[in-house]
Amino acid sequence: MKHGKYRFIAGFLALPLAIYAIFVISPFVQAIYYSFTDWTGLSPDMKMVGFDNYARLFRDDVFWAAVGNSVTLLLLLPVVTLSLGLFFAFMLNVGGRRRRKAVIGGVRGSGAYKILYFFPQVLSVPIVALLFQFAYNPESGALNAFFKAVGLGRVQPDWLGDPQIALWCVMAAMVWANVGFYVVLFSAGMSSIPKDFYEAALLDGANRLNTFFRITLPLLWDTVQTGWIYMGILALDVSAFAFVQIMSVGPGGPDYATEVLPLYVYQKTFRDGQAGYATAIGVSLLIVTLVFSAVVLRLGRRERLEF
Amino acid sequence: MSAQTDPADLPGVTKRQGPGSGTPRLPGPRGGRDRKVGAPSGGGSGEGRVLNVFSHGVLVIWGLLVTMPLLWAVVSSFKDDTEIFGSPWGLPSVLHFDNWSRAWDKANMGQYFFNSLIVVGGSLIGTMLLGAMAAYVLARFDFPGNRFVYFLFVGGMGFPVILALVPLFFVMKNMALLDTYHGLILVYIAYSLPFTVFFLSGFFRTLPTSVAEAALIDGASHTRTFFQVMLPMAKPGLISVGIFNFLGQWNQYLLPTVLNVGDPDKKMLTQGLVALAVSQGYKGDWSGLFAGLTIAMLPVLAAYIVFQRQVVAGLTAGALK
Repeated sequence: MKHGKYRFIAGFLALPLAIYAIFVISPFVQAIYYSFTDWTGLSPDMKMVGFDNYARLFRDDVFWAAVGNSVTLLLLLPVVTLSLGLFFAFMLNVGGRRRRKAVIGGVRGSGAYKILYFFPQVLSVPIVALLFQFAYNPESGALNAFFKAVGLGRVQPDWLGDPQIALWCVMAAMVWANVGFYVVLFSAGMSSIPKDFYEAALLDGANRLNTFFRITLPLLWDTVQTGWIYMGILALDVSAFAFVQIMSVGPGGPDYATEVLPLYVYQKTFRDGQAGYATAIGVSLLIVTLVFSAVVLRLGRRERLEF
Repeated sequence: MSAQTDPADLPGVTKRQGPGSGTPRLPGPRGGRDRKVGAPSGGGSGEGRVLNVFSHGVLVIWGLLVTMPLLWAVVSSFKDDTEIFGSPWGLPSVLHFDNWSRAWDKANMGQYFFNSLIVVGGSLIGTMLLGAMAAYVLARFDFPGNRFVYFLFVGGMGFPVILALVPLFFVMKNMALLDTYHGLILVYIAYSLPFTVFFLSGFFRTLPTSVAEAALIDGASHTRTFFQVMLPMAKPGLISVGIFNFLGQWNQYLLPTVLNVGDPDKKMLTQGLVALAVSQGYKGDWSGLFAGLTIAMLPVLAAYIVFQRQVVAGLTAGALK
């Protein structure tokens, strides 16, 4: 029996673990090693250069532009997305007028709104990115055409071509794509909050703003925090890469205004043939990610002690 | 945000109830509609009414913001290039179905669709099977190193994938897996395992032990118990995580962009779409591009509308845990 158990465990774990080790673990470990070499990524030869790659980071203006943009996304994207998600979810679940029995209630058709809002979430990033790229197109895009139609023909921004606003344009697409998920997620959380809480608060004369900040938000805090980490990782990794790479001119431009860390790693590796240096950028990205997660968890914990 | 726009200007919102209007019900030709929105009872507190109009206004605005771009893409896919440039917001004068056939055949969208089907089909089955196996063992058996293996898997959720890509490219190259269906399938499985193992091991832990024990006492082997007893019992969890993985793998862009660049006919749908956008942009076939975009978009949206409940449950299950 015991013998059979270990053979079973080994048999069941072997294949998943092997695939995972080969394609996920080993590349991560190798990446850290490569970051100390001058590897081009094209030929098998490389030599150890110690911390040279990391020293070079400090003098690399594009790297700092990418750090700045990535951190901007990291700080703003979760705030904007989660606030909008909370706002709409609250509207849907609590914003309705009072009906005879229920103390609080959602607006009519809240189910339909949720279905609609979730649409972008099931679309792939390239689809969303391309849609917005067309919409932003200065000559034929929907946005400038709209401006013309409402008589604002003189306001014809260059959108993605303007270094001042390019990053915001990309960010708007990312917000658009993700808000629906949080509306649904927070709605699920809100519907599990006991109705008596609201009843008691309303009897005490609390208005909706108060009930939101005193009841809904604190009780949802765990979910908000999870969402925060999720959005943060999104802002730093795959999603940011795809949006910027597809949408921005260059990509990463104009004038590095939309350059983000994951895209810079990709460009240094596959465009410039500087795989060693690229992995050093990747390691710095890893550090930013870890610091971010630690900070969010830390702040979240302190917040929870209040009640 | 444009939240300040007067909600009464929008379609779908009850008219004639400006913010601040204290009168509970305004008589008017639209009385029927009025009743639909406001229940006639409850003292009709001013706050309630104002808030209701306001919230509907805001909600409708966001609803439009979500649907307009999608509709715009679908409508544009039926126009010809001059119409797309000349009147971006107008309706097509003639329905140009040829855009669709051009995108499907000439621009290879059909082939890309097929590629995505193969790769996602293979990797979804693999992910679910291997993920469930690993999760089951980690959740229900005590053995030395259990926690270590578990955290090894789960840790993979937090690392930036882009960091692993460079070495991964060369791992794949050395194993001659670049630009192959099975290579991509293996990678998709590997990068889906962290969440799958995390979610399913939590799920297996909540299942009652007595049933599995009964099966073992009846003489079923561990393997048989897993396949005939535990897997069927875990069906709800498998469906949730299956939907999550399906959408994630179907929409995967980063991995194929790096690992699948050799053979233009082997592109995934997402990749193919972007390649199409780049090349058509130069060729100027915008209508074909919109058709391609719509081809990629509509099946997923249709599937979502049909399986709406399951999709939402599957995608939110992980974040709520």
